Amino acid sequence: MRYVLKKACVFVATLLVISVFVFLAFQIIPGDPTTRMLGTQATPEKVEALREELGLNAPPVLRYFRWLKGFVTGDFGMSYSYNMPVNELLSGKLGITAALTVLSFIMVVLISFPLGILLARFAHSLTDRLFMLFNQIVMSIPPFFVGIIFTYIFGLVLKLFTPGEFIHHADDSAGFWGYLFFPALAIALPKSAMVVKILRSSMVSQLQEDYVRTAFSRGNSHWRVLRMHVLRNAIIPVVTFLAVTLVDIFAASIIIEQVFAIPGLGRLLLGSITGRDLPVVQTIIMIIAVIVITVNFIADISYKYIDPRIRFR
Amino acid sequence: MRRTPNYNLILGCTLTAATVSVIILGFFWTPYEPDAMSIAERSVSPCAAHLLGTDNFGRDILSRVMQGAGTTLEIAFLAVSIGATCGTLIGGLTGYFGGIADEIIMRVNDAVTAFPSVLLALVAVAITGGGKTNLIIVLGILFIPSFARVVRGEFAKQRNMDYVKNAKLMGVTNLRIMFVHILPNIAPVLLSSIAIGFNNAVLAEASMSFLGVGVGPTESASLGRMLLDAEAYLFSAPWQALSAGFAITILILGFALISDGMGYRPTWRPVAKRRRKADA
Repeated sequence: MRYVLKKACVFVATLLVISVFVFLAFQIIPGDPTTRMLGTQATPEKVEALREELGLNAPPVLRYFRWLKGFVTGDFGMSYSYNMPVNELLSGKLGITAALTVLSFIMVVLISFPLGILLARFAHSLTDRLFMLFNQIVMSIPPFFVGIIFTYIFGLVLKLFTPGEFIHHADDSAGFWGYLFFPALAIALPKSAMVVKILRSSMVSQLQEDYVRTAFSRGNSHWRVLRMHVLRNAIIPVVTFLAVTLVDIFAASIIIEQVFAIPGLGRLLLGSITGRDLPVVQTIIMIIAVIVITVNFIADISYKYIDPRIRFR
Repeated sequence: MRRTPNYNLILGCTLTAATVSVIILGFFWTPYEPDAMSIAERSVSPCAAHLLGTDNFGRDILSRVMQGAGTTLEIAFLAVSIGATCGTLIGGLTGYFGGIADEIIMRVNDAVTAFPSVLLALVAVAITGGGKTNLIIVLGILFIPSFARVVRGEFAKQRNMDYVKNAKLMGVTNLRIMFVHILPNIAPVLLSSIAIGFNNAVLAEASMSFLGVGVGPTESASLGRMLLDAEAYLFSAPWQALSAGFAITILILGFALISDGMGYRPTWRPVAKRRRKADA
């Protein structure tokens, strides 16, 4: 329990440090939002009035705390280009990206665990070697290119879905998940290849241990040894990697959204970056930071439950 | 114990050598002028005259892939150079001397490496603006932590070894110990990190340019940019996207096989040793 508390303190401290960095980074960007918002109608008086209205004239420290308070309470400020509150822009978009990430993560687990165990069972055979080479090739294809290949094969040639025609969850729930299937698979394939590789090598190295010989000598079948003994020990590094993978999938989904025209967080982020809509960019970056740090925090804590041998100070 | 040949390393080196030769050839000679447009030959499918076909402006895709891969590799090379040089300096100094600076820098490193590099690059480009030069600088800076982490670990291990203590007794200066005595000893680890760095850099360049925030449309062709432009013609001219995409894949595969063949596991490092079945 003390360990969890200590980790929780570090978690909050990291978030605060990152919030300071994010705030500072957006302070040094040249350009004044008022010139953009007012456009050709900018007069010195109007600029000054708008600066006052946006709270840009307050000292930086005060503005930081205002921004932080706003972020915690869910008031993310106003978007410069859409002239609407950022949280209205975000509502719904975060859910779509989260759905895509979770779907893809489930696929990674479903694909990689059976394959990894199977390959460990037949390690060093010809099939294993050939598959590992294939695995390496799959690992090297960028997710967005897998997405493009899928769009071509399943969208344009086989017409299993219509590229670019996103179906919202409110309109058609089944259609929504159906549309997300191929984007999720496009992210999941290269990531699964990585998990397969790690799970396989982790299991193969565990197979050399003495306890495996003991388990065999007690008359356990090969599969039983793998499942009951080896997998339990081999899974620890894999869980570490799965935490990294979850964050990577989230990042990849932001890119994949471009390929499949999914109106999620990624499209909003990119649109705001090219449009220099800083409050939106700032908010999305902070949300991403919160997600990344939370995932790592949960992974840190979960080790204890997966591997009771790990002692924490 | 019979040693099996290191297929991954051999395959990776062959593949990378082949692609790099084609890229170097592309600097001096391409089948057609990469930017030469031809109205008569728009979106020609692959044939004898145009091995990979032409794009919607009638530009020869093979020539553009050769040039684009060159741009991609150039960005990767410069970014990895920045990252490896600064990372080695920082990692070497902190690992060798230790102390409070070491602690602080490593905590910052941990925080930075927890974020996916593509996201960080996106954020950085949001702040600095796009373009080839900015992309190189941004990626270079983003690669520093991973190099620093690897080099620091190795320096911390080596600094307590006998040869370092001997050198110290003989009055060799710290700087000389670091760069003349220790650095050659960590070369294998550093080299495989560089291979991984190239792998990540090619992927990052391709992703950023594909998202339209990397190499600009008016700058020279790059593989990610070509993929972005080709996406609109996916149905009518799929060879455009496929050529650029497979070129990226082959580049990445070559570097991945090399780093894999060097027996180095990236930061997650699940196993300490890899034993073959023969000596089990």
